[in-house]
Amino acid sequence: MASAPEQRAAHDAELAAPRDTAYWAKPVGRLDIAQVPTGAISLNVIGRRVAGPVQGFGQLWQKTYRVRLEGCAATPAEVVQAWKERLPRYQPTANRFFPPVAGLAPGEVVLINAVVQGMPALTGVLVVYADDEAFTLMTPEGHPESGWVTFSAYRDETACVVAQVQSIARANDPVYEFGFCFMGGATQQEKIWTHVLVSLAADFDVQGRVTLQKTCVDPRRQLSEAKNVWQNALIRSIVYTLLLPLRRRTPAPRP
Amino acid sequence: MDVRRVSDRASVIDIRGEITSACEDALMDADVRASTGQTRVILLNFDGLEYMNSGGIGLLVTVLIRANRNNQRLMAFGLSEHYRQIFELTRLDEAIRMCSGEAEATAAAHA
Repeated sequence: MASAPEQRAAHDAELAAPRDTAYWAKPVGRLDIAQVPTGAISLNVIGRRVAGPVQGFGQLWQKTYRVRLEGCAATPAEVVQAWKERLPRYQPTANRFFPPVAGLAPGEVVLINAVVQGMPALTGVLVVYADDEAFTLMTPEGHPESGWVTFSAYRDETACVVAQVQSIARANDPVYEFGFCFMGGATQQEKIWTHVLVSLAADFDVQGRVTLQKTCVDPRRQLSEAKNVWQNALIRSIVYTLLLPLRRRTPAPRP
Repeated sequence: MDVRRVSDRASVIDIRGEITSACEDALMDADVRASTGQTRVILLNFDGLEYMNSGGIGLLVTVLIRANRNNQRLMAFGLSEHYRQIFELTRLDEAIRMCSGEAEATAAAHA
């Protein structure tokens, strides 16, 4: 049992801590998952570091998607709470999100098992920030993007609740950059986030129109990060899927 | 946000209170004021920072990109352990040098 001075010191430290302390994840060296959700494939996540806007290869884009929830009685906090609870439901069917068993809290990992233009893409994201009105997911090495996306809700100047998805990210490596720029990848991604907001709005009985603002924050490609291709989750997922029949035929080694 | 020139080549932006996406105009304005033609280093003073959310860290990325575009280095000092950890978590510490105090930051700016 802590002594009275120790308890006082702990209490003082708690009071002195910034009020955002509980909202942020602690630094993680390498990602880990305590318990893989049922039905999810955990690949290209465990052992990876996070990758932010500084670490990727491609041009850096900030994209802000918004939908006004006109007539919605819910508060911004209630919208975000629903978003945290129903995150997988708002995704297109080809983009399966598996929230952590412990819930969407800072430091937890969301697994993603997606199909991208017919190809499997197995990866995940780290919950780096979560408060009552926003949560932010950061990508790991090998993910198509290097950066983070923030889901939030707020009241605009007319007091209407607005749900927003804002991403700031680069393509992680040259293969992804080619896909985003020349193979319709960017448009496909924009459709995904638009779908998410339309689905969210429908849950609140709103037929919302999604607006998109996009800014190329940095048009330069970071050539030194081309090496990220070695961890390309899309390529590794394809190889994993192709080798799956072989793995199933190979008997487990005897102990 | 206050802007101070510490030398011909270095400016300090004193950040106080909160950094959230609502601070975008104020931070970008401070960045413009800190960047004269001769500025080579911008020092961000986080001693007065009380609150930062993920929108705020996104603004710092924008400041960093602008600094890179202007051939400027970005450094930070006055970060508490909590905010140092956020820089480490988001790997911004790989692009923004963190110094223990203004003296170290100023010395590093002129090295």
